[in-house]
Amino acid sequence: MDKKIILVTGASRGIGKATALALTSEDSFVIGTATSENGAAAITEYLDGQGIGMVLNVTAEGAIDDLITTITKEYGAVEVLVNNAGITRDNLLMRMKDDEWSAIIATNLTSIFALSKAVLRGMMKKRNGRIINIGSVVGSTGNPGQANYAAAKAGVIGFSKSMAKEVASRNITVNVVAPGFIDTDMTKILTDEQKEAIFKDVPANRLGQPEEIAATVAFLASPAAAYITGETIHVNGGMYMG
Amino acid sequence: MSNIEERVKKIIIEQLGVKEEEVKSEASFVDDLGADSLDTVELVMALEDEFDTEIPDEEAEKITTVQSAIDYINANDA
Repeated sequence: MDKKIILVTGASRGIGKATALALTSEDSFVIGTATSENGAAAITEYLDGQGIGMVLNVTAEGAIDDLITTITKEYGAVEVLVNNAGITRDNLLMRMKDDEWSAIIATNLTSIFALSKAVLRGMMKKRNGRIINIGSVVGSTGNPGQANYAAAKAGVIGFSKSMAKEVASRNITVNVVAPGFIDTDMTKILTDEQKEAIFKDVPANRLGQPEEIAATVAFLASPAAAYITGETIHVNGGMYMG
Repeated sequence: MSNIEERVKKIIIEQLGVKEEEVKSEASFVDDLGADSLDTVELVMALEDEFDTEIPDEEAEKITTVQSAIDYINANDA
């Protein structure tokens, strides 16, 4: 396949779905992942011929390497990787269980290491590649109840900066897009009171839209962003200014 | 034998962007051919692809000269 292969993890809804859609074009083939067969089928449907959904559980032993091998064989080497898949297991530190900590680190940080490493060989050969990791404003600010999530997201920034330095000479960029409060399933459950409280900290006085994150990712994936690497771009309506 | 030597040298020339006459047997990738650490990793990757083999990290570390690359492939290419 002579199209640009783009891989977006966690693409069944929210930011991942908006990003997968934003990255579709005549010259690209977008592969979106979901944790279930149903999710993957839904991705194939909304991509409407411009890509395909595949199953990936980022914490399953060997799953990442298997997926990258399959993609490389069937479609070609991944040129753009968007590490978006992530979960939350919020709890006050006093009550946080070991597995709440380790699940977050495995899903939100270790998977990014494994996926980035798996696609790197192909990118090195092509002398071209883009890795865009979805972080979070809490990786920079911290948040009560999210010590695990904030630690993983801060880890993503350090990881991205290090990798960016290692591979910059090969025209491979590694960046982080750090969303603030975005209108997704994760924030839909908030009550009006909770939203009111959040908006006090958001000068833009509204939730962000998934498409606004997707547009930032699409820019970083574009040729215009070739000289930006190791950077964290905050998209949060002024809530935190790095 | 000479075939392997030629193939190894060709890969070194391509990967490191050096001239054929520079690729002497005793030449060190880093000291003589101007490779950095990432270049040497890529070189090993290219050798793996060319000879359809996997070179373990502890062996890869020892491949530091043109001759050591040729020797490794000769010893391991069935």
